[in-house]
Amino acid sequence: MRAVKIDKKDWAPGLDKLFANYRLFGPVKGDQFHNFKALNKGELPDFNFLNTPLSPKSIIYPQSELMFKYTLDEKQKDHHIMQEIDKDYASRAVIGIRPCDAASFLLVRKNFDTPEYKDPYWLRPYEATTFVGLACSDPCSTCFCTTAGGGPFHEDGLDVLLVDAGDHFLARAVTSKGEEFLKAAGWAAEDDGRQIADLKKTAESKISSKAATGKLKSKMTTELYEGPFWEEIAFACINCGICTYVCPTCWCFDIQDETYRHTGVRMRNWDSCMYPLFTLHASGHNPRGTKLQRVRQRFMHKLKYYVDRYDIGIQCVGCGRCIRSCPVNIDIRKVCALMNDYEPAD
Amino acid sequence: MLSYINKIREISERILKEGLVDMVIGFHQGTVPMMNEPCIIKHAGDVNRLVWDSNCGINLANYLTNRKEKIGVIAKGCDARNIIVHITENKIKRDQLYIIGVPCKGMIDRHKISLQFEKEITKVVENDGDIIVKGAGAEKTFARLNVMQQNCVVCIHRNPVVYDELAAEPVEEQKDVDRYEDVRRIEAMAVAEKWNFFDNLLRLCMRCYACRNVCPLCFCPTCFVDDASPQWIGKSQDPVDVRTFHFLRAFHCAGRCTDCGACERACPVGINMRLITKKLEKDCLEKFGWTPGLSVEQRRPLDTYRPDDPDDFIK
Repeated sequence: MRAVKIDKKDWAPGLDKLFANYRLFGPVKGDQFHNFKALNKGELPDFNFLNTPLSPKSIIYPQSELMFKYTLDEKQKDHHIMQEIDKDYASRAVIGIRPCDAASFLLVRKNFDTPEYKDPYWLRPYEATTFVGLACSDPCSTCFCTTAGGGPFHEDGLDVLLVDAGDHFLARAVTSKGEEFLKAAGWAAEDDGRQIADLKKTAESKISSKAATGKLKSKMTTELYEGPFWEEIAFACINCGICTYVCPTCWCFDIQDETYRHTGVRMRNWDSCMYPLFTLHASGHNPRGTKLQRVRQRFMHKLKYYVDRYDIGIQCVGCGRCIRSCPVNIDIRKVCALMNDYEPAD
Repeated sequence: MLSYINKIREISERILKEGLVDMVIGFHQGTVPMMNEPCIIKHAGDVNRLVWDSNCGINLANYLTNRKEKIGVIAKGCDARNIIVHITENKIKRDQLYIIGVPCKGMIDRHKISLQFEKEITKVVENDGDIIVKGAGAEKTFARLNVMQQNCVVCIHRNPVVYDELAAEPVEEQKDVDRYEDVRRIEAMAVAEKWNFFDNLLRLCMRCYACRNVCPLCFCPTCFVDDASPQWIGKSQDPVDVRTFHFLRAFHCAGRCTDCGACERACPVGINMRLITKKLEKDCLEKFGWTPGLSVEQRRPLDTYRPDDPDDFIK
């Protein structure tokens, strides 16, 4: 397993060089917690974090994104015509993204990149981005990546895997994009990378939290849908949207036009299946009009419909954010176990 | 407070067995530290699932809205006051409820503790005076008063004002509490300073609506932010819309809010939106002599008229 050794004294100078070719993003400590932000030249990503409470999905897919602008002023010759808004899709790199979050983009891509439809607002920034992952040496107690198809040193979705090995980093280029990134930084000291395997083993052994998923695929959808456990799962839920907002794999959005006098913009904003408005029909009918229906939808989508539709496992990377953020302690691991173990009475 | 649980379970078991109620609404043990989950107990044999400690800050009145069953509900001081608000606003009937009153010594603030503990918290143990926090080989002991929810620090109604049975002897009410020190500080600010203050206060809001949805007052069938036709407010992260949401919601709670602190507790990014609701609470007290949730007999000032209501705002 070849790797590049980066002495920590070469870290800042390497990043400095990278600014010539990339817009850099990384975890930065705010008043209360770390969050992924665009780095200014000279600013270093702060790796003293377990994982950020908000996922880095917003780097590719912002909570609010302008798509078009228009004028309604009939004196203008392009009135009532949507004009695309210019965006910066120059190369960017996210430094210090956790392997679970990098893997989440692969799950989300299933939605935004299909043979029939390609979502340019998601695909363009995604393709412009180099993902430089920071292996998790100290996973959180609520992380269950190893039973969600990933792991603390997982490489899927990453271009570079970065491992903190004390006085130096070990970096493994996973893709050619990753090789270019390391080259641009001028980090080239070869290493046999043997240390990575040891650190990986130790990190994996620290993940004690699990989600039972093995039997989900073989369950009957209608039986799970009618399971008796939903009432209890949904009881505490307040139907806020935080689980969907912090989730790296939740992708739903709503499109809005906002007009002020003669000009306006068309934008898209994250939406949430927890909100009643999400499914409200123009007729006034709401097919998911109750809290129980909405809670069931979120878990059925992640843990059953997605599993059946794409056959690549659950729509969850085990980052545990929803567990840590939920104001009333709804725990996806518990729900997963209830669904996985459910045997309807004959 | 830890000793209450035996009595809570005993009462719950009895009222379920005797058929006085169809269910008891309380808390069971959460899966992460400092979090208990609201739950429903329908069988007397399940009452041992109920827990009571300083992590029961969610207001259970919120789970009573429009329910039709006969319900046993565990109510600390603020929950009981919101039950009264619920009764006066026709969201539940008094005779549907068997209120198990819990004298309260304050709930602990998970945000405050997390900010003061560098590592991931894996265990929190409490005794009467201290909160012991553990995680990743580290341990820290906090004096309870220093890590209590701020609304509990300034609480003057720790004992339930309405109940069918108490789970313990009433606790001593806090005296000489200055409830509005924080509000006065904002009132004293110059306009520009105030603007910056609120701008900064709401900077992290993602509009997940946890504050609204955890609030027992926010039971409108369709909230003004969810109305699609007409649409009153934009849906993006535009600060104007974020502020509109928080300020208007606070006005809708005027004269009804008991400062139970559920909104601040629920906020995933630690916003203290209570500063806004408390300003209106202070106004209601100063202008109308009104404290919400103390009696089912009286209606709140904003839906009644008295000849001596202040009118000096009419110029």
